[in-house]
Formats: sequence, C-alpha cells, structure tokens
Amino acid sequence: MRGKIGFFKWFIGFFLLFLYGPAILLPVFAFNASSIVSFPLSGFTTEWFSVLLTNGTLHVAARNSLLIAVTTAIFSTLLAVLAARASTRFSFFGRRSIMGFVMLPMVLPEIIIGVSLLVVIIQMGFELSLWSITMGHILICTPFCIAILSSAFMNLDKSLEEASFDLGQTRWNTFWLVIFPLVMPGIVASLLIAFTISLDEFIIAFFLAGTEPTLPVYIWGQLRFPAKLPGLMALGTVLLLVSIGLLLIADFFRRRGIRKTGIENTGGFL
Amino acid sequence: MVGFQKWRRSESAQGLFLISPTLGFALLLLAVPLIMVVALSFWTQDYLTLDRTFTTANYQTAWTEPMYQYLMARSLKISIFVTAVTVLVAYPVAYFISFHVVPKRKAMWIFLITIPFWTSYLMRIFLWKVILGYNGVINGTLTGFGIIDEPLSFILYNQNAVVITLAHAWIPFAILPIFVALERVDRSLIEAAEDLGDSGIRRFFRVTLPLSMPGVIAATIIVFIPTIGDYVTPRLVGGPNGLMISNMIELQFKKANNAPLGAALAISAMGIVTFFALVFLWMNRKYVRGPS
Amino acid sequence: MTQPIIRLSGLDKFYGEFQALSQIDLDIQTGEFFSLLGPSGCGKTTLLRAIAGFETLSSGSLHIDGVSMEGVPANKRPTNMVFQSYAIFPHMSVAENIAYGLKARKLPKAEIKASVAEAINMVGLEGFDDRASHALSGGQRQRVALARALVLKPRVLLLDEPLSALDKKLREQMQSELRRLQRAVGITFVLVTHDQEEALTMSDRIAVMFDGKIEQVASPQILYGKPSTRKVAAFIGMMNFLDAKVLTTSGDNLEVEVQSLGKLTLPLEQATGGLDGCNSVGVRPEMLTILMGSQTSEREIEAEVTEVYYYGDMTYYDVKLPAKEDPITVTMRNTAGREVLEVGAKARVGWSTSSLLLLK
Repeated sequence: MRGKIGFFKWFIGFFLLFLYGPAILLPVFAFNASSIVSFPLSGFTTEWFSVLLTNGTLHVAARNSLLIAVTTAIFSTLLAVLAARASTRFSFFGRRSIMGFVMLPMVLPEIIIGVSLLVVIIQMGFELSLWSITMGHILICTPFCIAILSSAFMNLDKSLEEASFDLGQTRWNTFWLVIFPLVMPGIVASLLIAFTISLDEFIIAFFLAGTEPTLPVYIWGQLRFPAKLPGLMALGTVLLLVSIGLLLIADFFRRRGIRKTGIENTGGFL
Repeated sequence: MVGFQKWRRSESAQGLFLISPTLGFALLLLAVPLIMVVALSFWTQDYLTLDRTFTTANYQTAWTEPMYQYLMARSLKISIFVTAVTVLVAYPVAYFISFHVVPKRKAMWIFLITIPFWTSYLMRIFLWKVILGYNGVINGTLTGFGIIDEPLSFILYNQNAVVITLAHAWIPFAILPIFVALERVDRSLIEAAEDLGDSGIRRFFRVTLPLSMPGVIAATIIVFIPTIGDYVTPRLVGGPNGLMISNMIELQFKKANNAPLGAALAISAMGIVTFFALVFLWMNRKYVRGPS
Repeated sequence: MTQPIIRLSGLDKFYGEFQALSQIDLDIQTGEFFSLLGPSGCGKTTLLRAIAGFETLSSGSLHIDGVSMEGVPANKRPTNMVFQSYAIFPHMSVAENIAYGLKARKLPKAEIKASVAEAINMVGLEGFDDRASHALSGGQRQRVALARALVLKPRVLLLDEPLSALDKKLREQMQSELRRLQRAVGITFVLVTHDQEEALTMSDRIAVMFDGKIEQVASPQILYGKPSTRKVAAFIGMMNFLDAKVLTTSGDNLEVEVQSLGKLTLPLEQATGGLDGCNSVGVRPEMLTILMGSQTSEREIEAEVTEVYYYGDMTYYDVKLPAKEDPITVTMRNTAGREVLEVGAKARVGWSTSSLLLLK
C-alpha cells in the first residue's frame, strides 16, 4: 500500500512538472534580460513589457482579437442559451440528431472547419475579414457554451417554473424572475469561456484572416524573428494572467450558481 | 387550421422554434461549407479559375501519390501514438484525483490541471521548442550536471517532439472524461470485489477499469480527432520529418493554390478519422458488453 | 346539495398511444379534504396536474366553481399547488417566496407585507422571514410552500405528495398539521398520495385510482370497511381472500359457497360492489380471532399456525385452513394473559358471517 502511494506521488510530481513546464518558463523568459530565449538566464528586466506598450501593430492585433472575442462570446452564448433551453426543456422531433449536429464542431478537426469556411467565403465572393474569423469562432465556441449552459438549465427544477406559473406569473415574467437569475452564473461562465477560447484561437483565424491579423496570427508572424521572442514571452505572460483571471471569475460564478440551486458541487467545467 | 394551432402550442413546435437560430447558424456555417468542400474536391483548379466538371482525379492523386500516402500514414501513426501516450498518462492522474484526493480538493485539482491549457496555444508550442532544443532546458540541465557530454538531438525537430508537444496540449482533455467516469464508479462495487477475494490489481482490472472504459474511449476520441488536424505543432517542432497531413492541406489551400486537391485530402483525412473513431466506439461497445 | 367546487366529466388524457387517464367522472365538494390515492403510475398526479392546468385534456371537461377551465392557463386558475419537491425559489428568501404570487397580482406593498406576515404566522415560521431558502429543513420548506400557496386564498389547494420527502416522524406531525390548517382556512384541499395511511387519516373522502381509472370514491371508513372491489380491498389495509361462488339469491339474502368455510347465507348488502362477477370473499385479519381455552365465537374453524410475526402490541399469525393452499392472516392484540402460539400449533379460528364481504 505504501509503495503504491509512493509511486503515485512521484508520478504526479513528474506529471505536474511536465504540465507546468512551459507555463513556468513563460514569465522566466519574460523577465530575463538577455534577448536570446535560452538558458542560462542573464538578469532581471521589465524591458520586454515596456516594449509591448509602444508596439502599434500589436495594439491593432490586440484590438481586433478583443473585438472578435467579445462578439463571439455574446453570440455563441445567445445561440447556446436557445439550444440548451430547447434541449433540456422540450422534447421535439429529431432532438438528439439536431443536438449532435450542433455539437459537431467540438469533435471536428479545426483545420476542417477552417478549410470549409474558407472555401465558402471564397466561392461566395466575400472578402476575408474579421467577420469571417468571428463566424468561425462562434461556430466552435457554441458547443462549449451549450455544454456549460445545458448543465445550468438541467439543474433547474422544472417545478420552479410551474410554481411561478401556478402562482399567477406570466411565462415572460417567469423567465426573467426565476429562470434567468438561476442560470445567470452559467451565462457568465459561458461568456468567459467563449471569450477565452476565441482570444487564443489560431488555426481557424490563420485560415480566415484577411489583411487584419488577430493576436495569435500576429504572434505566429513574429515567431520567426528571434529578436522579437522576449517581447512575445512578455505578451504570453500577460495573456496567461488574463486567461487565468477570467477562468477564476468564471469558476466563481459557476460555484455560486451551484450554491444557489443547492446542488452538490461536482467538480470543474469542461 | 385548428390542427396547426394546436401543433404550434405543442412541445415539439416550441422546442424546434427555440433551437432554430442555433440550428440555422450551424447549417449555414457548418453543413453548407462541408458540402461545398465535398463538391470542391470533385472539381479542378485551373490556375485562377475553377473547372467544375466532375472528376475523381483529386482523390486518385490523394490516395495513390506516394508522398500523400506517406504523409497520411505518418499522421495516423503520430496521432495514434499521441493518443496512446496521452491516455496512458492521463489515466493514472485521473485515478489519483478520483481515488486519492479528498473530495473537497478534487475541484481544485481539476482546476490545477486545466490552467496550463489556457497558456497561449502558439506560445506553449514554442516553449516546448525552448525546452527540447539543442541549447534548451533539458539539454542545458543535463550537460550542466555533467550527465551527458553532447546535447541530446533525438528530442527536437522530429516526431518525438511532435508527440510530446501534442500530448501536453491535449492531456487535460483526456483527464477530464476519465476522471468523470472514475467518479461514477460505485465505490461499493470495488469493496464487493475485495470482499469476494480479488486482490488490488485484479480488482482494478476486473472492476475499476471496465467501469471507467467509457471515459477512456471518450478521451481517446477527444484526443485523436483534433491531433490529426493540427498543422502548427508539426511545423514548429516537427522539423522536415515531423510534418503531417494537415500541413499539406494547409499548403494546398494557401501557397500551392490547389484547393480541390486540398479539399480531397481534407475529406480523405476526415474519412479516415471518422473510421477510426467509429472503430473505437465499436470496441467500447464490445468491451462494455463483455466477451460473449 | 351545493354546487361542487370541482367537476370532472368524461376526462381522458393520452400521451401518444398511452392512456394516462380514462373516463374520469368526479365531483369534489367545497371545503372538502379530498385525496387521490393509488399506486405509482396510476394517473393520480396527472389528474392533479390537469386540475392545476399543467396538462391539457385529450377530451372531457373540467369545471372549477362552475366555470369551464378549457383554455384557461395555470396562472389564471383559482387553484394553487404545493409541489412534491416544494419548488421553493432558491434565490429568494422565505418572505420573498411567499410574496411571489401577491406581487404577480400587483397588490400594494403594505398589503403584501401584511398578508405575508399573516401567512408566516399561520404556518409557524415566525422569525424566518429573511432566511435564505436553501438554509431551510425539509419540514420548513414545506411550510413555505404551503404559505406561498395559501396566501393567495385559492379556491382549491392542490398538494402533490407533499409528505413523501419527509421522515416518518415529521410526516406524522405534518399530517395532523395539514388537517388542522385545512379546517382553519376552510379551503378545499386535493391531495395526491400513494400512502394509504396518509389518505385515511387526513381525508374526508378518497378516490382510489388504478391504471388511469377511478375504482371507488368514498369516505375512509367506507373505503376500509366496505371496499367495492377486490382491488381496493387489497390496496387498502390487509385483506384475506377466499374463493366464493353465489349459489342462489332469495330476497335480501344470498346463498354462497365459500372455500374452507362451506355453504353460508349472507345479506345482500355484504356484496358491496354489487352481485355481478362476485367470485371471492374478503375478511380483514382483525375480524378473525384465535380462540383460547373455552372461548367461543359465532363460527369457528380448525387451522394450523404456519408463521408467527411478533410486533410487541400485536401478533400476526399465518394460519392454514383446510382446503385452502395459501395461509390466511389473523392479527391478535397481545392482551394480558394471552399466550403467543408457536409455529405448527393447532388453532381454532373464530369468525362471523357479518365480517365477510362478497367481492368481485
């Protein structure tokens, strides 16, 4: 028994090192004085962060990415609310196959989605733009949002709705007074997850980017230039902190939702 | 008319009405594009114009040309290898969290495991290059301690690097479904097996593993499918021998300007992936039902 | 007789091919405590939800207070419901929950406050006004659900298995409280339950349902003492059945041949569900006696004890009668000086013709 636990400890230790290796190196190189991203380290500097502040192209890319991420978050959450509500509350013809189809982008290789959207846009004679990336992102984020929101709607006792109705409220008011407050944490979590996925998405963005780059597309372009690498490390550190911050907020809301509906906590999302 | 009115108020109608925007969006941006890709794969690119006469030439090229055959085989090999490594590493981790972590801390552990996943995707791949490289973290440390004289060269710009990087990227997605499946295993069943005289290892293979198999299969599919479609990892850390089919698809669509061939390659790759996914599912069903 | 508060006639409910309710005719009187009793899946909850407006009828009519409820949605009906899960809004306090329906009616704030305070008093939740609803115990949640519905002064209060989530002791306490509350407010209560004891102790009248049909509607005493069919008799309390055959009828008397007991004459009124198709005789275990020493009875029969169940205050005996394969049950109160028989002992079972029911 003791040996087994010992094995596990070593195994988990190595695993965490493997898992966190890149994430730990990111800030290490971001604060490293040398312009070459390799060991040994040569000293502490915040220079690379200040470089970020003056980089105009980066700011444009960041603004594009933010715009896309916000739009994606709002629209995929909206579409997901409808789908999650429909699938958890109503039984309708072909529900399983419709839901399966809507969830398909979750298991489809992203390159396929990128390629097929590219084909349609070119064939239809549209220009590649930030909109084409946004559409692709809404498509891949919606299934994640549905997964989160379905559990939020599923945790909702149907009799709460009936009780509200029975006590004399209209359907419309029931939605805003009872359903919406109770799934609100799920909606916030869904918005944040979609935002985070979109902000980091590269494969589709690379296929569908026109002349305006998103942040990951910009990073991809810079990876070729060794001199730019420390700056990218600083950027990566900032992005990581933003992502973790957003995730912590999302998790907080999810937990609050669980507490509110009085259902036992069953672990993380995804 | 009365019949229609009644139908309009029915559950089925309300549900369909509610889901129609989402479904419409998915039809427009998923079904239509996929159909167009299929159509495109039967056409020919003629410099700047498309020849829309039906031809299977693209598929013949995709399936007979040695380079594509070779790339496809290598992609499959790498993906299967990545999947195997990922699931084999993920299982003990999921088992540890499910069986050896106190319930209160489980959510925290799951969170801990998903955090690195939120590092920028490109950055993560690039950092593996830094870790595995000639002057990288591993070689630097090993030579620094005098364990090796010459830097190890078998870990960068080859298939091993691709496997390590992809496994790292997908491991949280493998741990989660296995963890969920293990959490659902009724602990009294394991106690029952012990009570009936099974040893620890037999207990694991006869009760815990079979009951968590759906999670393992889900993990396998979740990891296997996207890895085939990744063209960034092979490009950054794979070197010339680490390139995969997705790189070729990307090349055909962008630089080589032969979208129909790219489409044929993409459809073929998807077909193969689907075939493997179905095999996994079928194996799962066999396994769950047990040998009969 | 005054107009019934609820009148159901010819009510059918189909789910696809499955018929959940068939040809329900039922009147419920104003101020009654009425129960729908039956095994799970018998349609009792569907019937309650149809009254509340959550299920549409396939055919038939439903009147509440003389008004047809066709096309009237649940939020416009003069009924309120206590849900099985209580359906307490988890994001609202006790007072907010109780005020919910009053706010929907857009009453003035002061009036709402007064009504809520009164309702909280009525169910004994003083001081819990601002308590978050997820911090309530099962019994407290039920009180909130009751107050929330009763504060609207509905014509009918519908209760869907309201006690099933409570433990035994609390359940018994809430039974008497519900009864007290119903008498105090004078509102018609319609309760759904699968627990016969619950139905018997609380109700003025009970409808027993099987397979979407109402089998019998009667007061608890009649339901127990004079069940109209073998099904009802078997569902409510314990009942021993013996095969029987009606030989002749003459005036108010029946000549009956009963398994093990032989040829008997029974008054016609003991065929509680009518004479058609009667093929068995039922007798409650407590109507039989195990005779001791020189004790005598109107009739008696020799039997052998096959099993003994000792309950402290009572002893249940399984005894085998001649010419009947399955044993029948006899329950005896353990009064002073009465010895408990052992398995295999011979026993004289005393009975009387007046305790037999002729059933179909």
